[in-house]
Amino acid sequence: MSITAGVEPPGTPPTLTAAPEGGPVHVSIPIWRLALRSFVENRLAVAGVVILVFFVLFSFVGPLLYHTNQVDTDIANTFLPPQPGNPLGTESHGFDVLGRLMKGGQSSLEIAFLSAVIATVIGTLYGALAGLAGGLLDAAMMRLVDVLLAIPFLFIVLIIATRFNASVLSLSLLLGAFSWLVPARLVRGEVLSLRSRDFVSAARVMGAGRWRLISRHLIPNALGVVVVNITFQVADALLAVSALGFLGFGLNYPQVSWGDMLSNGISYLLSGYWWLIYPVGLCLVLVVMASNFIGDALRDAVDVRLRRR
Amino acid sequence: MVLLGISVLVFVLLHAISSSPGRAVLGVQASAASVAAFNHAHGYDRPLPLQYLSYLGSLLHGDLGYSYKLNQPVTALLGENAGRSAFLSAVSLVLSVVIAVPLGILQAVKRNTVIDNSLTGLAFVLYSIPAFFLGLVLIEFFSLRLNLLPSEASQATTVLGVVADPVSMILPVVTLTAVSVAAFSRYMRSSALDNLAQDYIRVARAKGLTERQVLSRHLLRNSCLPIITLVGLSLPALLAGNLIVETVFNFPGLGLLFFNSLQKEDYPVLMAYSLIVGVLTVLGNLVADVALAFTDPRIRLH
Repeated sequence: MSITAGVEPPGTPPTLTAAPEGGPVHVSIPIWRLALRSFVENRLAVAGVVILVFFVLFSFVGPLLYHTNQVDTDIANTFLPPQPGNPLGTESHGFDVLGRLMKGGQSSLEIAFLSAVIATVIGTLYGALAGLAGGLLDAAMMRLVDVLLAIPFLFIVLIIATRFNASVLSLSLLLGAFSWLVPARLVRGEVLSLRSRDFVSAARVMGAGRWRLISRHLIPNALGVVVVNITFQVADALLAVSALGFLGFGLNYPQVSWGDMLSNGISYLLSGYWWLIYPVGLCLVLVVMASNFIGDALRDAVDVRLRRR
Repeated sequence: MVLLGISVLVFVLLHAISSSPGRAVLGVQASAASVAAFNHAHGYDRPLPLQYLSYLGSLLHGDLGYSYKLNQPVTALLGENAGRSAFLSAVSLVLSVVIAVPLGILQAVKRNTVIDNSLTGLAFVLYSIPAFFLGLVLIEFFSLRLNLLPSEASQATTVLGVVADPVSMILPVVTLTAVSVAAFSRYMRSSALDNLAQDYIRVARAKGLTERQVLSRHLLRNSCLPIITLVGLSLPALLAGNLIVETVFNFPGLGLLFFNSLQKEDYPVLMAYSLIVGVLTVLGNLVADVALAFTDPRIRLH
């Protein structure tokens, strides 16, 4: 279901080689070189990377070059329209909007990446364990995933968020703790097909324990799917954080995320303060789009492995 | 089985979050003794498995609990709002399928042309916009600038009242539909692309059917199959979208009820709605599976 056009999938299926006992096991190099080439040829993907890098620099390096006070309110200068001193104006507390975009970008990106990593780690381990265990344990573990998937992620997160004091860490943990289901399913599927391969049997015969099988043999080989999924997790987490912010469960002062800024700007929609809404909305949409571009291209790039199933 | 799991999960979540309903009902100033007495009188001090069994028992009798904050049974509360939410969701679901299916086929037939690429780009943008942001942009433009459409959804108390006021529902329905169309048309495009490469399409063309006949009789039916599954799977996302859209447009449905209950920390309502959504999702998937087996004779339910 690739959406990006014009990407030729790399030619021959890759051969999986098991390195000698003790050494890392990895997919033979040419596949990654081919994948990289296919990725670079995809213009949308390159645009995605450029956008993402730009916003990371903008949020984390920007404040070093563009100093603004984002802690003390300045009630004499609220709702200033864009002007030389404040390129994007000021908002309801007199904070400079451009500086606030950088600060909000920091927490939004931090939450998105951190929760994606948490979800991926939990999901990968869970899926690998279920796939390797098989039988009753696998069935029980996957029914739990079915149950959690049936209730919308946003609902559970919102219900728990009523009891949380939101911070970057707590929101990341909360989002991560409930978004590992898709990676768990993907990894389980990979592991199920991998575990009957010869190199896994060989490792098992050599006396590798369950943990060693998972960490040295199964996860490295299932990594392609996992990496592709991370980018979509980042996009979903960004949307989820902004929805939480909009519904009033975002970060507390002095912390701020893009969702909180948007939710704050919306209160003044009737007053026509467009600079409170459109710049931050644009940032959000661009970063989410960039992650989706990268994810699609990565999926196309490792498509050979996906298609082989 | 999964339904039972959902009820266990909701029950455990409810108890992990609000373990002492007495405290919540009587307030922070109530004495510990009266809280204990309330919990005892309503059976909240029994062991958890016992509480779960009586919870399950009342669920089976259609009793979803009691909202102490609104002093109403949850079933009645949900029943009041369900019709309006169902209307909003159903209209936007039908619309998104009706729009996405021809769009996906069009894109597949005209693949890699300007039309295809710009539609793909549009889908990407819509897919990346948070629903509430899209809703607000629409309000800003159509209600505040052009003054064409109302910024608030219909406030009618009955479904018929809502139907009678279609103009006020345009923006909410468009918002909810736009996001689903973006997702559906992406799947539809790739499904149609896969099918276009199949031999039966070539046969249909070779035997002299017009392109129109090939598309409507052969391609359409076959490439719609994944959409059936997708519609079943998209129920949780649709209902979560409902929550956002109803909040933005102040439409008094289940989503707005959920939002208001969040503000009031009215956990029985929150849990009951989550439970219903979970059950709906499972049923939706089941219906989709059955419908798929009906439409595609190659698939057999065992």
